[in-house]
Amino acid sequence: MSFLDLKNVTKIYPNGTKAVHETSLSVDEGEFMVFVGPSGCGKSTLLRMVAGLEDITEGDINLDGKLINEVDPSERDVAMVFQNYALYPHMNVYNNLAYGLKNRGIDKETIEQKVNDAAKLLQISDYLQRKPSMLSGGQRQRVAMGRAIVRNPKIFLFDEPLSNLDAKLRIQMRLEIKKLQQKVGVTSIFVTHDQVEAMTLADRLAVINNGIIEQLGTPIEIYDNPKSLFVAGFIGSPQMNFLDGNIKNKTLSAEGFEIKDIDSDFEGEVKLGIRPEHLSQSENSLINLKVDLVEQLGSDNLVYGQLKNKKDFCYRCPGNLTIEKGADLSLNIENNKYYIFDKSTGKRVN
Amino acid sequence: MKIKPLQIIAHIILILGVLLMVVPIWISFASSSHDSVTILTEGMKFHIGDQLARNYNEVLNEKGGWSEEVTAAKMFINSFIMALGIATLKVVISAMSAYALVYYRFKLAVPIFWLIFITLLVPLEVRIFPSYKIVSDLGLTNSYTGLILPLVASATATFFFRQFYKTIPDELLESAKLDGANAWSFFIDFLVPLSKTMIAAMFIFMFVYGYSQYLWPLIMTTAEEYWTVVMGMKIIYTESYEGVALPRTAERFAYIILSMIPPVLVVVFLQKWFIKGLIQTEK
Repeated sequence: MSFLDLKNVTKIYPNGTKAVHETSLSVDEGEFMVFVGPSGCGKSTLLRMVAGLEDITEGDINLDGKLINEVDPSERDVAMVFQNYALYPHMNVYNNLAYGLKNRGIDKETIEQKVNDAAKLLQISDYLQRKPSMLSGGQRQRVAMGRAIVRNPKIFLFDEPLSNLDAKLRIQMRLEIKKLQQKVGVTSIFVTHDQVEAMTLADRLAVINNGIIEQLGTPIEIYDNPKSLFVAGFIGSPQMNFLDGNIKNKTLSAEGFEIKDIDSDFEGEVKLGIRPEHLSQSENSLINLKVDLVEQLGSDNLVYGQLKNKKDFCYRCPGNLTIEKGADLSLNIENNKYYIFDKSTGKRVN
Repeated sequence: MKIKPLQIIAHIILILGVLLMVVPIWISFASSSHDSVTILTEGMKFHIGDQLARNYNEVLNEKGGWSEEVTAAKMFINSFIMALGIATLKVVISAMSAYALVYYRFKLAVPIFWLIFITLLVPLEVRIFPSYKIVSDLGLTNSYTGLILPLVASATATFFFRQFYKTIPDELLESAKLDGANAWSFFIDFLVPLSKTMIAAMFIFMFVYGYSQYLWPLIMTTAEEYWTVVMGMKIIYTESYEGVALPRTAERFAYIILSMIPPVLVVVFLQKWFIKGLIQTEK
């Protein structure tokens, strides 16, 4: 049995909404697991069930070999960082960190030492006497993490903790969270709707949609090998291009071109997915793109345009290529990196 | 800096307002320092006279009432105990019942809240006979408990605390739960410190409410040792007509001035928090 085990966990709210469907998942000790999905997909509910803040309608949750379904949140030995940090506004930073320890009946000297250690680790030693309202967003974030670390819990739970920060700080804190987790080595679950955050932080990633884990794997596995239309569309930025198509006798006819000898026995209506970064310009082209707009990111250019049938399409090329608006590009798919999904079920078929 | 005409007008209005409040108090105070004959023959005074100490000493220490047993000082103590008890218990009970109504999500929470709220329509004066009956059956007439107890439930304060607790984000409770806080420690460690300005504001309102009670102590107390200041006000006004002596106008003024002191002190000490409580948005 692994460190954290979710078995057929289901959550149905009293009003009948089914937020989580029979989800099973295991997290190993020291692992950084990320739940990613659009808002309302049930990822936060799942996390809150682990924390004990939501009742479990059905299924079992085991933490460190112990069934915790009915265990009180305070007894579960989990720590959580909330989206709005939920710092205690009337206590200074020191007491914010110390409060959980005091409740556990730890003696004063030990508390002081633990708080100071955590503060040093997070570089908040200078603010220990301040109230949360006197701190900046990044500092509050650190205090929230300090409050989690100081208790030395079995598991860290992060509920979209970076979404209140500005873009630059978010990237910085993302890095710090990852470093910190590696340093402290505590099992962590991180919930986010931001796929970049998910990709960069995760040891393993669970892509959740409509209360179901669509796919579970390392970030690269999921990026390289999405198992469903939803995962393919959700992971990767800019988003994967999707074209309507049809397979007959191992030949896929998409909008304006054909691919022969595909690796699938599927026949019928499909969606063809091509990542913008898996395209290159070449003579014997498959796809003709009329350029509408070029976004220059420096290292890359994002080229937006339309196919012959006016369908929007995106192509990512190295930043040193100059592409003019209005140009006609002929593109080919690199190394046959394309994905075919059953149009009716959304399942991958190649 | 240039002074705008509008500012001048605003200041004139404000100054008039202040005068309207302060001048009557000053007249009372100044008049309380003369002897009664002067006031009766010359009218009320604007300047301080030479009888200040004598008048106040007399008011505080002279025994009055039917049996000539109770002094004004005793009445002040009674009123203070009553107001303090009412204010303290009202705040404690309201804060706790609001806590139960907001955080314990039992089915009847909303109906119960409205039931409490409806009691606003039934003030003590309306239910004075049943209240008296209960208190007298309990044998609490002529006691501080009897003075205080029937007045300690407060729909107004419960309502204010409830509204305040509802603005506290749920994450705070959840975070506290994960930090090992139980129902009691969440109330003491979080809600009480977070609502301390609110508590101060409520305390002031309720203190003044308790201090200015008239009808209840009048009905409740037959023993003079439990008389309160507001009752005393009536006594000091009527007693002079019974005898042949001159009306003791100066002493009345002294009594009025003295009776204002306790509520004023409470407001002065708590006003910093009180104002914060009325305007606060900090959370």
